[in-house]
This record gives sequence, C-alpha cells and structure tokens, in this order.
Amino acid sequence: MGVKRRPSTFVLKVNPILCDGFGHCAELAPELVNVDEWGYPIIRQEPTKINNAGAYESAKYAVRGCPRQALQIEKITDAQP
Amino acid sequence: MIAPSSLPRLIHQTTRRPLTLVEHEQAFSSSGEVVDALKELEASGLMGRGGAGFPTHRKVELLRSQRSRTKYVVVNAMEGEPASHKDRSLIAANPHLVLDGAEALAAMIGAKHIAVCVAREFSTTINHMERAIHERQRRSQRGPLIELHTPPGRYVAGEESALVHWLDDNQCLPQYRPNRPNVLRIGQGVVLLDNAETCANVGLIARYGAEWFRSLGTPLHPGSLLVSVTGAVSHPTVMEVAAGTPIRQILEAAQADRDPQALLLGGYSGEWISGRNIDLSFDNAALKTVNASVGAGIIFVLPKSGCGIGEIYNIVRWMANESARQCGPCAFGLPSMADDLGLLLAGSKDAGAALRRLNEQATQIEALVTTPTVSFDSFARRFGFLKTTSELTRVVGHAPALVDHALPRSRDSNEEMNLYGSKATSFHVRAQGQSHFV
Repeated sequence: MGVKRRPSTFVLKVNPILCDGFGHCAELAPELVNVDEWGYPIIRQEPTKINNAGAYESAKYAVRGCPRQALQIEKITDAQP
Repeated sequence: MIAPSSLPRLIHQTTRRPLTLVEHEQAFSSSGEVVDALKELEASGLMGRGGAGFPTHRKVELLRSQRSRTKYVVVNAMEGEPASHKDRSLIAANPHLVLDGAEALAAMIGAKHIAVCVAREFSTTINHMERAIHERQRRSQRGPLIELHTPPGRYVAGEESALVHWLDDNQCLPQYRPNRPNVLRIGQGVVLLDNAETCANVGLIARYGAEWFRSLGTPLHPGSLLVSVTGAVSHPTVMEVAAGTPIRQILEAAQADRDPQALLLGGYSGEWISGRNIDLSFDNAALKTVNASVGAGIIFVLPKSGCGIGEIYNIVRWMANESARQCGPCAFGLPSMADDLGLLLAGSKDAGAALRRLNEQATQIEALVTTPTVSFDSFARRFGFLKTTSELTRVVGHAPALVDHALPRSRDSNEEMNLYGSKATSFHVRAQGQSHFV
C-alpha cells in the first residue's frame, strides 16, 4: 500500500554466454566469486546481505569492471509479511 | 470416439502409414460437448511432455494475456534426445492430431501462424508432416497458416529459446533468460512453444474434454505418456502407457531386461535410478522420492553386465561434442570431464586424480545447476552416483582395485578461497580499483 520496501539481500549474476573468462570479477570481488580452472566465475549462490557493505561495494566494482558487461546485481526484497 | 479409460489414445493406428485427414476424422469423431477449450485445458491438469513438465494451461494463460499484434504457436518435434523416438512415432502414426492441438492452442491465444519444427535429418517425419499440412490446406484455407520448418538436428537446437532464435534469426543458439517464466519472441510477436506430444494431448482435450482426459493416469499426473524404451531391450520401442504404470510392467511389455542394474529416466539430461527401484510407478509424484522425473518419457535400461561409468562416459563425450560452445563451463568443462571419465574407465594409474577432479567439478556444478546452460542439467546428481564406496564398488565392478585410492579427499577451505592469487594481491587490486572508479 504505497510502502516502498527496501531490498535486504542481493545476488551477483553472470550471463554465461557473454562471459569470456577474463577473471576480473574474481579479483574485484574475491568474497563472492571463485574461478574454475579455465577462469570462468563460480559465484556464491546464496543471497548476501546488502548491509554487508564490503561485499556489496566489491560486487559493484565487479559489475563495472567486467570487460564483457556480463555481470549484474540482482536485489531481492523479502516477501510481504 | 475413443472410450474414456482405454489405450491407445495418441498412437491410434490401423495401417502402416499415417492416418489421412478423413481417416483421422473418422477415428476421432467429436461429440461436440466441449464449449470452452481453455477451461477444459485448465481442468485437465495437462503437463508439458517435453521434459520440464510445466502446466500447459499456465503457459497458455501467460501468452493469452500478452498484448501483441502477432502471435505464433510453435510445435517442437525436434527430438534432439538420442534416446527418444516418441515424437517421430507420434507423427508417423497421426500427424493430424498434433496439428489439431496446435490449431486449438492458436485459437486459445489468438495466433494466426503455426510453425511445426522437425529436425532436417528426419526426412520421413518431414514427409509425413508436409503431406498432412497439404491435406489440411486443400480442405480449407481458413484458420491459422501452418508452416513446416526444418532446423538442423543438434541437441541444443531443440531447446525452446534456441528454436525460437532459429525461427527469428536462423541461428540455433540458446539464449540467456535469467527471469522465468519469460515470453519468447519472434520479432515483435510472442511465441507459445509446445512439444508435439503436448499438442496432441491438447487436441484430444479440445475434442473430448477434461473429464475424459483424466480417466487415465493418476490425479497428480493425469493422462497417458509416450515412453521410449532403449538400452537392454530386444527392440527399442515407443509405447503409450497410462501415467502411474509400474516401471516393471513397462519393461515387461517392452521385452526389456527385468533385472537391470540401473535405469536412466528422462534422457541424457535425466536421472539414474537403481534397478532396485523398478517397482516404482512411472509418474512424477512417485519418482520424486528418488529425485527423478518422467522427463521426456525415456527409459534407458542398463543391464547387470553393463558398465555404468562406460555409459556415463558415452553420454558426457556425446554432450561435449554437441555443446553450442557459448558458455565456458560447457565448452571446456565437458571435454575435460569426458577425458577424466575415460581415464577412470581405462583404470589407468591417473584414475584416482581423475575421480578427485570429477568430484570437485561435480560439487562446483551443483552450485551452478540453476544457470541455464542446457547440457549441465543435473550433472551433479549424475555424479552423486559415484559418491559412496559401496556404490562405487558396484559401478566399477571390473576394476575393484581402483576403489581404495579413488575416494575423494576433503579439500582445505583456505585453498578454495585463494584459488586465484593470494589474499594480498586481491587487496592490492581492490585498492587500485577504488581509486580508479570512484
């Protein structure tokens, strides 16, 4: 009813078709991204708290630093109580 | 009119050629009771027969609510699964039933175009379909325009976004669709895509209604299913069974091995179940207890004398060759997994390392299962097969010496976090990044 709810968590998502395995995301957001042996990202699947400022900042760096622009942050708002 | 709880429904054939339009109309004469086909479709609880099992009426409703000038119905008879023969058998028996269903779907959503997609390798099926479409157009020029399309028959070409991409842009490549359900588009027009068997069922529901449809099968999984049985059988067969028939009964009817080692359900992207679970009934609700599903109605029978790893190796190698080479994990990961499985199969001295790598990759893939890379569906669960010692002994029956040193070692968690450079370098890069970006 007109109340804007703030998202509480986020997930970093990769478009695997665009991704070419540059590995910048793993450098910029090491707490969220791992790389496999070919340099493609393995991203934490469970949602991270948005007030975890360090993780959120580095996720933003990863999104901006991706040479293929394959990353995006998906914010998740809790369901209405 | 076909009597309510009687089989066969779909493959209703008296001759060795597909039914002509006149024969089809005699065999499936309508009593004209159905007034609102959409309501009947919702009441029938029909689930898609292409593998995912999504409720068809929800898909139709989503497309119905789209405000688009042009709408399309696409019939998917690509059948990229090498173990599946059901769509080809269905079209060889009665192509008009599929077209009936496509026309009913087109009427529900208001589409003026129907595209039937058959892989260009299946020339007989293409002939049957061409003939059926021609017969209909000679009968009447009214109704939606039906076209036949023949994309190349690769595994990924049958995936819905790849198929629509082909119709749109002549490229058989799957698309990235993070938010589901999402509406596929050809140009500006929206697309309702359904499997050929689903269309045939819709055709029957539009004639006889939901009550008739639900007279076979279980309440949770109504209707009949086309099952392709391959592997340890005397002849690979396609049968029509009611959902909820025990698997043992299906195997007996197909003259398959009654005491199999394992069964692969749902095709190459499906699940292995143990041969001990043969008494389960063949419907999604019962198979959920063993984490399997009906999928596209495929049963691959692995005999006691067969080698599980050998079969998995064949599947993975085949998948690696069918990759669309779009996503890294599929283009590089699958060939490497196939190589590792080859080492395991040969029982070479590197087999232990290969199994450890496979287990690591399987855990990584488990985390990636939600990504839309087609070939990776349920790979991890397939390797769940290898996780305990007893299972491993059973599978690697011919190389028992392997088992002792082949078990996976638990990994150091620190090592996992610092796969890519040490922590110090990461901080360094971040500091640079901050000054650069802010």
